[in-house]
Amino acid sequence: MKGLTKFLDSFGAILLAIIWVAPLLFAFWAATHSTSDAVNLKLFSPWTFDNFRVAWAGAPWLQYFVNTFLLVTVILVGQFILTTLAGFAFAQMDFPGKDFVFILVLMQLFILPEVLIVENYAMVSRLGLFDSILGVGMPYMASAFGIFLMRQSFKSVPIELHEAARIEGCGLLGILWRVYVPLAKPTYIAYGLVSVSTHWNNFLWPLIVTNSPDTRPLTVGLSIFGAPENGVDISIISAATMMSIAPLLIAFLIFQRQFVQAFLRAGIK
Amino acid sequence: MSANAKLKRRRQAIYGWLMLSPAAVLLTLFAFYPSVATLWSSLFSRGTRRNPSEFVGFENYSYLFEDPTFWTVVKNNLLYAGVTIPVSIFIALAMALWANGKIRARSFVRTAYFTPTVLPMIAAANLWLFFYTPGLGVFDQIGSLFGLPSVNWLGQPETALWAIIIVTIWKESGFFMIFYLAALQTIPEDLKEAADIEGASRWTYTRRIVLPLLMPTTLFIAVNAMINSVKLIDHLFILTKGGPSDASKLILYYIWELAFAFFDSPSAAALTILVIAVLGIVAAIQFLYLDRRTHYQ
Repeated sequence: MKGLTKFLDSFGAILLAIIWVAPLLFAFWAATHSTSDAVNLKLFSPWTFDNFRVAWAGAPWLQYFVNTFLLVTVILVGQFILTTLAGFAFAQMDFPGKDFVFILVLMQLFILPEVLIVENYAMVSRLGLFDSILGVGMPYMASAFGIFLMRQSFKSVPIELHEAARIEGCGLLGILWRVYVPLAKPTYIAYGLVSVSTHWNNFLWPLIVTNSPDTRPLTVGLSIFGAPENGVDISIISAATMMSIAPLLIAFLIFQRQFVQAFLRAGIK
Repeated sequence: MSANAKLKRRRQAIYGWLMLSPAAVLLTLFAFYPSVATLWSSLFSRGTRRNPSEFVGFENYSYLFEDPTFWTVVKNNLLYAGVTIPVSIFIALAMALWANGKIRARSFVRTAYFTPTVLPMIAAANLWLFFYTPGLGVFDQIGSLFGLPSVNWLGQPETALWAIIIVTIWKESGFFMIFYLAALQTIPEDLKEAADIEGASRWTYTRRIVLPLLMPTTLFIAVNAMINSVKLIDHLFILTKGGPSDASKLILYYIWELAFAFFDSPSAAALTILVIAVLGIVAAIQFLYLDRRTHYQ
């Protein structure tokens, strides 16, 4: 009886796992076979890399990759600087109006940036940042979530270390840089992984703010490439999809444990 | 002494505000000001060259309430939330219980469950396109083996929204699983042993001990799933574009369409304000009401 339940557990878990990866496996299979073989599900047909060649030639993918890379870098650097400074001010400084401002910041957690697309678009245009990578990244830099995360992390630093650094003659920024930042390294890694994978995958806002191949990130490029008006077939769309998810997917498969830890840490704190 | 302390306090205040200012400026530009501006512009008519925009009070809201598309979209989004939230929580729980148990191929199972989380929604939609395409798609191919007729999953009003819902559940369940998994690992082993000694069945143990202990995690996941039911709309752009005849259109997609396809920003602003209000109310209720009913260690 016990053996049977154990078997059923394994069976159910593995069946669900197979269902869960099936879309990815099918797309991979379609990408590496000719269109007619893929749509007829001929399982033993020959492999081909033609789809990747056609897909690669069909859009400025290299530029899209560079754009996405620049975008996530710009956002990450901006977030690290802004959330570190603000998180430190909230955690260790004492000044009038702090609590009120902190509540304002927390309120932003509930106003999704996605919902404010219309006015944010107007703001980005007003600042002359329409169709620029900085324009795509800017609304995400002062992330309330990041500020909250950093504040929590800095609050757990023992005050003795702060005092010791001050007696050694460290200025305030020096203390932040030499004491707090190194101790918060796990939080930075967690936040960084979450931020990179969020913005690598972001679509709606970049779709609105970009208007040329020079700024378009991968997700927007992929959606234009796969648009039915372009009449691309399923194997080639699959190849393009595989290409654009490959870097993040491979990174995930290698650093799986860190990814899962990062999402947990960022979610639970 | 007191002069010195005062000086120190003032220095702290200046430094504090200086460190806060970069974030405060950006938050003002991209969160606070836009929220207020949205509320403001929802009270004005749409300006054209002949009729400049003027104050109309709540007229944009009453137009919205008369718009049949608005009600379709709200109904769709309620169904979308009503199905995706409980189903993905349930699947996430099952995944976590399995991935935490002693089963075969556990690391493969965990990876498989979590992988959709790291994919862009746009890519996920492309993957699912291969399943849904009429005639050529995997679903139709399998159906034709059993002699079933071809179904245009994305092209008919009865199934389009359900096709969207399935992709969302597939995408978010694995993400929610990891929170359950982490919570399960904090449940002490002796509770399981005590239950075994008392002769409690596995079902009783799960229902009476595990589920109550997971309640705070469930609350956290539910809030996230609710936010996702507003936010996750990227796949609409690939799979259905809200069609056929608005059958799969969701609120955020409609906001985008109103503002950037129909250039009707007053209506988009009014709808945005409604979404913010509902999100705020639901968040408040959830925290005030559910907080009291959850178990904390």
